[in-house]
Amino acid sequence: MKKSKTEGAAVRPALFDRIFKPRTITLSNGHTVQQPVSRAPFIAALVIAVVLISARMTGFSFKILIERGNQLGYILGRIFHPNWSYFKGFWVEADRANTMKLMTALMDTIKMSIMGSFIGATLALPVAVLCSTNINKTRPVVWALRILLMIIRTLPTLIIAKFASLIFGLGTYAGTMAIIVFTFGIVAKMMYESIETIDMGAFEATESFGANKFQAFWSACMPQILPTYLSYCLYSLEMNIRAAAILGYVGAGGLGILINEVIGWRDYESLGAVLLALFVVVFIIENTSETLRKKLS
Amino acid sequence: MANDKNLMNSDRPLSIEEAYALRPRLWWVYTLIVLVIAALLGWSGSAINFKGFASKGIEIAKGIGNGLTHPDTKLLFNLTPEGVPYQLLQTVAIAVLGTLIGGVLAIPFSFLACDRIVPKWVAVIFRAVILGIRTIPSLVWALVWIRVTGPNAFCGVVTESVCSIGMICKMYINAIEDVDTKILESLDAAGCNGFQKIRYGILPQIIPNFISTVIYRFDINVKDATTLGIVGAGGIGAALIQCMNSSRWSMVGAYLFGLVALMIVIEIFSTKVRNRLARG
Repeated sequence: MKKSKTEGAAVRPALFDRIFKPRTITLSNGHTVQQPVSRAPFIAALVIAVVLISARMTGFSFKILIERGNQLGYILGRIFHPNWSYFKGFWVEADRANTMKLMTALMDTIKMSIMGSFIGATLALPVAVLCSTNINKTRPVVWALRILLMIIRTLPTLIIAKFASLIFGLGTYAGTMAIIVFTFGIVAKMMYESIETIDMGAFEATESFGANKFQAFWSACMPQILPTYLSYCLYSLEMNIRAAAILGYVGAGGLGILINEVIGWRDYESLGAVLLALFVVVFIIENTSETLRKKLS
Repeated sequence: MANDKNLMNSDRPLSIEEAYALRPRLWWVYTLIVLVIAALLGWSGSAINFKGFASKGIEIAKGIGNGLTHPDTKLLFNLTPEGVPYQLLQTVAIAVLGTLIGGVLAIPFSFLACDRIVPKWVAVIFRAVILGIRTIPSLVWALVWIRVTGPNAFCGVVTESVCSIGMICKMYINAIEDVDTKILESLDAAGCNGFQKIRYGILPQIIPNFISTVIYRFDINVKDATTLGIVGAGGIGAALIQCMNSSRWSMVGAYLFGLVALMIVIEIFSTKVRNRLARG
């Protein structure tokens, strides 16, 4: 098939070009070139149709935005005037309760994401090895595991957290479980993709002087994938802090509970304080992990 | 140690034993890493004090298992607004509109946040704004927007468009910074005017990147749109969470089946399109 395509004089044109015949231009030296009809109008029409249908289905209206848009400004204005009592508690006795509440929630969030990332990433490594076609030659196992990973990745974190909180009860344990599942799906996928690109020469050489598969993998492949693996772990930790912050909304512990509470009271100044604390933590962790990841690569 | 240094500076080729003796010894780095990780884990171990299952935990787990193996097929193929197909379509509609609006809004933001185009201080201000938008979780955005639009799918659309700006801008800025400006000189030499220079020199370089970014974000937004339903912002999430709260597991199974199928289709589609864009 491939041979005839490259050797044959005329490549079969795409369906679109067979319906809308390209324009032939004769140059001054007698050669002819063909200018295909532009596809842009068709794509534009398609996009406009999709947009119109979507706008209808979702009830999009500029009127509401213009009429009630000032509400957003009002709420954002209050968010940007955070309630400082959540931070003053360190030195002002009267605000201690608020600060303690915020700090406990914040620490819970961080603990959940560290624990969840660690366990999830540890479980992901052996599965990733089993999923890579260059090490595991049993295709059915590879595909079964890959489909399982795909399904895990498509489930939204909040839904997993909701399941976990129904089964394990409200609290950080459920949140940690949700993060483990989520991290496992992502890290395993990224890892098997990078395991498939490693140099297998060393693996074969080690096998050839009598090491079993595990020994060969440990001494020939581990050093190659370890930096990538650690950097994926750090990356997933970064993502998990953000994710863990909202898990509390379905009762899985951490900042989300507090966020849910203050929004319920329409106390947007306190919401601002909670978000500010989250922002600081995310900023610190992202920068630390970025520096570490740069060192790893 | 002195012996090692002599070996390292010697001109003759080293024997295997000598080279092995010179292998990098990083044991103290490894020990440090392990100690730090162990300390962090010890500290965060208190997060997972397992208090046993919830009072009905095992029963619920059984129910979930049962629901996933016996999804409500009537609901799965029901074409009315309560059915899974309509809910999925609405979720996709939210994501499409949200991504497109976000993608368009991100264009001015990213040009204004790119220090190749505007003065440094302007770029810094806009970068801070983008970072601010990105930090607020999408769920919080949805809860704020609900006060403006009411709890419906429209809320989902505006939430998605605002949330998308952050990440899309980050990738747009990278695309703009990678633009090869040497081509402008050649177009100048060929006698092009300003408009032609943008049309034939700049746009072909950035448009594939922009479209690829938007499609990638669409992938994420569909997933996000399913969770926004939890706070009442339309899409399949609202129905799903209601069924979960009232323990109708076969309906949960039907919604999850629909959701997983949709996500897999979209992932395959977006990977295909982006691969084609990358190869040109």
